[in-house]
Amino acid sequence: MYNLRKQGRNKVDGKVAGASFETQKRCLIIYLKGELDHHNAIQIREEADKLVEKNHIKHIIFDFSDTDFMDSAGIGVIMGRYKKVIFIGGKIAVTNVKSSVDRIFRISGLYKIIEKHDTVDAAMKSLI
Amino acid sequence: MNDTNEMVLEFESKSQNESFARTVVAAFAAQLDPTIEELSDIKTAVSEAVTNSIIHGYVDCVGIIRMHCKVCNNELTVEIRDTGVGIENIQKAMEPLYTTRPELERSGMGFSFMEAFMDKLEVESTPSMGTLVRMKKRIGKPNVLKDQRAI
Repeated sequence: MYNLRKQGRNKVDGKVAGASFETQKRCLIIYLKGELDHHNAIQIREEADKLVEKNHIKHIIFDFSDTDFMDSAGIGVIMGRYKKVIFIGGKIAVTNVKSSVDRIFRISGLYKIIEKHDTVDAAMKSLI
Repeated sequence: MNDTNEMVLEFESKSQNESFARTVVAAFAAQLDPTIEELSDIKTAVSEAVTNSIIHGYVDCVGIIRMHCKVCNNELTVEIRDTGVGIENIQKAMEPLYTTRPELERSGMGFSFMEAFMDKLEVESTPSMGTLVRMKKRIGKPNVLKDQRAI
């Protein structure tokens, strides 16, 4: 999960039950854990917004390496963060998306407003 | 031959029960030998219906959600019932992106996902009485060999 550690980017800036958070430059990386539903979404949303404000975050990456379930609450979390960063020219990316989660993104049409990348590194390169 | 099997589960409308409910239905549906994709569809649809009951049905209180599942031949039926506030206008509630709780960052995709992932969706609701969501999904193709043996 922390494949960034090798490159010295291992600072965990926040942790809740469903995710851990890392900031790099003006980019927030959210490593989701387990299942992203309404129950987990509440805490993830709060922690993400706290870090966005504190670290002047412009871009947000959601990493799905450890997540194989998401419902419409996940769409709500991503859309909510999109609405926050879009005003300062920020972007949202998702990485390591498995097929079950990919279907949710495709059906919801979210790929029209967010980027999909294979890895966090690839997303970082594209965003910054 | 009609192979049927049923189960009923009642639980409180607390958000930690969302994952419990969809996991139970997935385990019950396992007897139909679904693909991973079919299981994922069922879990998503159940999660949406249960979350609706928790957020919209029982707005400021904790109530009971009753889940009734049935398998008949290759078909799974899931009924999720609450006795919460009910829905005034079902047609409007089912419109994609429509939500009454934007402050909770609800995406308004709940019913759309239930429709997309299941074969059939029915919603019955009476204001102040509650809501019933009935979903059906056929799992795999009919088992021709087994049917022939039954004849």
